[in-house]
Amino acid sequence: MSAVLDHPGAPDDAHDHGHPHGWRRWVYATNHKDIGTMYLLFSFSMFMVGGVLALGIRAELFQPGLQFVNPELFNQLTTMHGLIMVFGAIMPAFVGFANWMIPLQIGAADMAFARMNNLSFWLLVPAALMLAGSFFMPGGAPAAGWTLYAPLTLQMGPSMDAAIFALHIMGASSIMGSINIVVTILNMRAPGMTLMKMPLFCWTWLITAYLLIAVMPVLAGAITMTLTDRHFGTNFFNPAGGGDPVMYQHIFWFFGHPEVYIMILPAFGIISAIIPAFARKRLFGYTSMVYATASIAILSFIVWAHHMYTTGMPVTGQLFFMYATMLIAVPTGVKIFNWIATMWRGSMTFETPMLFSVGFIFVFTMGGFTGLILAMAPIDIQLQDTYYVVAHFHYVLVAGSLYGLFAGYYYWAPKWTGVMYIETRGKIHFWGSLIFFNLTFFPMHFLGLAGMPRRYADYPMQFADFNAVATIGAFGFGLMQVYFFVFVVIPMMRGKGEPAPQKPWEGAEGLEWEVPSPAPWHTFETPPRLNASATRVVG
Amino acid sequence: MTMTLTHALLQRCAQGWLTVGAALGAALAGAAAHASVNDLPGGPAVRQLDLHPPMSAIAQQQQTLHYIMLVICLVIFVGVFGVMFYSILKHRKSVGHKAANFHESVTVEIAWTVVPLLIVIGMGAMATRTVVAMKDTSNADLTIKATGYQWKWGYDYLKGEGEGIAFLSTLDAAHRQMSSSGKPEGDNYLLKVDNPLVVPVDRKVRIVTTANDVIHAWMVPSLGVKQDAIPGFVRDTWFRANKTGDFYGQCAELCGKEHAYMPIHVKVVSHADYAAWVTLKLKEKAALADDPTKEWKLEELIARGEKVYAANCVACHRPDGKGVGTIKSLDGSAIVLNDPAQQVKILLNGAANGAMPAWKQLSDTEIAAVTTFTKNSWSNKTGKLVQPAEIVAARK
Repeated sequence: MSAVLDHPGAPDDAHDHGHPHGWRRWVYATNHKDIGTMYLLFSFSMFMVGGVLALGIRAELFQPGLQFVNPELFNQLTTMHGLIMVFGAIMPAFVGFANWMIPLQIGAADMAFARMNNLSFWLLVPAALMLAGSFFMPGGAPAAGWTLYAPLTLQMGPSMDAAIFALHIMGASSIMGSINIVVTILNMRAPGMTLMKMPLFCWTWLITAYLLIAVMPVLAGAITMTLTDRHFGTNFFNPAGGGDPVMYQHIFWFFGHPEVYIMILPAFGIISAIIPAFARKRLFGYTSMVYATASIAILSFIVWAHHMYTTGMPVTGQLFFMYATMLIAVPTGVKIFNWIATMWRGSMTFETPMLFSVGFIFVFTMGGFTGLILAMAPIDIQLQDTYYVVAHFHYVLVAGSLYGLFAGYYYWAPKWTGVMYIETRGKIHFWGSLIFFNLTFFPMHFLGLAGMPRRYADYPMQFADFNAVATIGAFGFGLMQVYFFVFVVIPMMRGKGEPAPQKPWEGAEGLEWEVPSPAPWHTFETPPRLNASATRVVG
Repeated sequence: MTMTLTHALLQRCAQGWLTVGAALGAALAGAAAHASVNDLPGGPAVRQLDLHPPMSAIAQQQQTLHYIMLVICLVIFVGVFGVMFYSILKHRKSVGHKAANFHESVTVEIAWTVVPLLIVIGMGAMATRTVVAMKDTSNADLTIKATGYQWKWGYDYLKGEGEGIAFLSTLDAAHRQMSSSGKPEGDNYLLKVDNPLVVPVDRKVRIVTTANDVIHAWMVPSLGVKQDAIPGFVRDTWFRANKTGDFYGQCAELCGKEHAYMPIHVKVVSHADYAAWVTLKLKEKAALADDPTKEWKLEELIARGEKVYAANCVACHRPDGKGVGTIKSLDGSAIVLNDPAQQVKILLNGAANGAMPAWKQLSDTEIAAVTTFTKNSWSNKTGKLVQPAEIVAARK
């Protein structure tokens, strides 16, 4: 039987009377585990949609010359790939993890606002349908890039308004989800679960939630001004009426830079849970991990204009943003060093969650190095808006956020579904993803150094070979994710496989391993009594 | 010394990569069945692995900074991942390693906060000089405005030699056609324009950018410049090319559907070639305005000449034509009254060692008009006129 999709498991049947069944269970869902499952399935669907768009881009770029799409459609593909991956795939996936794991990790019965939780999920679905449906509107989908820079947005067709509306709804969903997470973590911890004993995944999500609450309204402001410029005669960003297109960029990146940390901090939390579990050794420097995460979050508010070195800032502005940006390397480095110190002299095994975690550290750090290189304003003048930037942010977003998500899936899915995944398949997924990922994105560094601009439907012949390699890698990478869904996720959801023990990982610690596998529909209905380190339930 | 070493090291690495790249490229040659292509000097090279060969001091500094950063990152990479992979190999359960029990150390935490901090401070200090130099657009020899249009570039020579030249620069239509048909060829595919931007070598050229519609970005990698062109605003950047040649770039800010089809071609020429080009362009410009074969009537030519005089001559020769100090009087001048050939020669070539400048950048019609004007103004009442055709003849 399937633990995730079937009727909730036996031990708690006595409490189940009266909760909705069938489709009502999902539409009226207030259970954090059901909502978490929906978030994860939703984000994976969006990941597939965004992936297909990416493959459209890569197919066109396989050879110079236009073969499959015209430049209009190409720009729509790049724009929608970005928007869907950021707002539809990565962010909701982490919210899904938060829903499933935060109550389990802090010993709470559910999220603080169960009905708002339902709303924040179900808002996403119409928003995503509207966003994806914009392809079928007159003039096609928005084609101004995921950053939606003015005044190009003023030239877009009606789909631009649909996208703005969709982003507003997704923003509202994110804010509701964040408030829920903040309140849950601050108010619903079991007695004895002090903040500084809390698992790092909860810590990183707490900080992420504050970032979201701080910056989603900023995005909403920017796109609302775009909307009124388009339809209501305002001239915030329209130079023809005295507006300032650069102001749009400042506002957007004041949202956008914290946003990239929103997409990586929860992954840091997942990695911080997995490395100690498989090194069979406590996380090194817990306190400094918390402080480093907070430092990264604070610094993320003062570095936004490093995305704008080429707009022509005053020299002092360029210097300030360069120095501030390079500072981020310090707390990020601390995190990497702590993880390695955790591994050091441990007793490591390399099941799939650990493989993805080590892969995360290795490849994410490469993205960190290119980030440091891009932070140097003089070098950035060469690399801004080239494929080097594309390579950089895919190293931190795919090999960072996505690998973090995969690691977390393999680590916690036995708890969710009650069955183990097949280790060989996990390893195939990991090695396949790692190889194809690097095949796709490593050559893009060279393209960027050679000056190939991003968002180009066609390119000079000299760039052909690396583009061909990247395209082959991208199709391989896409295939590996289909493999993951068909051969890992679906069997687990259907309950096919070896039953998972309550604690499948020898070195794992935390309250989520104190409940049976699969986790019953209701857990911790009465606050548990915890041991001194708040990692076990006693009595 | 360190730089040479760094350079050598990187070149060694690059060669290694080239071999891999070449092998991969060869493997792919069948798959990506496109025509063979060669490096484009001043533009991209086939399977290029590095920044463009620098052709300005700024580009040189950018490249050096990039090399230094690569080396620093490589050292950290090897150090950090050396430790990690050593641990992965040795500290695993399968080789019987038992887990130790340490999990914090304030000393270590402070060390690996402070050391990276010092490293990034060093990096920041290193880059500062270049940032300041990049932003210093003062004292330019030549100022050119680059205007982004959907989807072409417009160039206006605002100040310096060539002032007044203006033209549009558009991708060769055949290249756009090749792109649509999916059958590209040529080393300069998508980089060939009708009118390249021509600038003199070894002169500080300030590029003022703006745009007509949406944001574009003016980029030439070899010269180390990239500057957004923002509608309603002007921004600037500069370069001083240290070699003559053709340098290519492309629009670097998404500007709509033809974003990939508005290249930049900078032709850096010697001073003499530049002067010749300027003369040619100004003549072309003037020729566009006036037909030098036209036969003018006296009154028309005087009226036109009055404007030319007011724009160019009046500052020295004064409104009454009498000049001042060493400036010769035109009123009653023997040359003006009686020697049209000599007067035209002076206008074209200057006199008195340049105290009277050469006015050859004026059009034939303008020179004819101003000559006629002086012959029929103030006390000069000759009733004679000089036709533009005579100027054309005098220029030969």
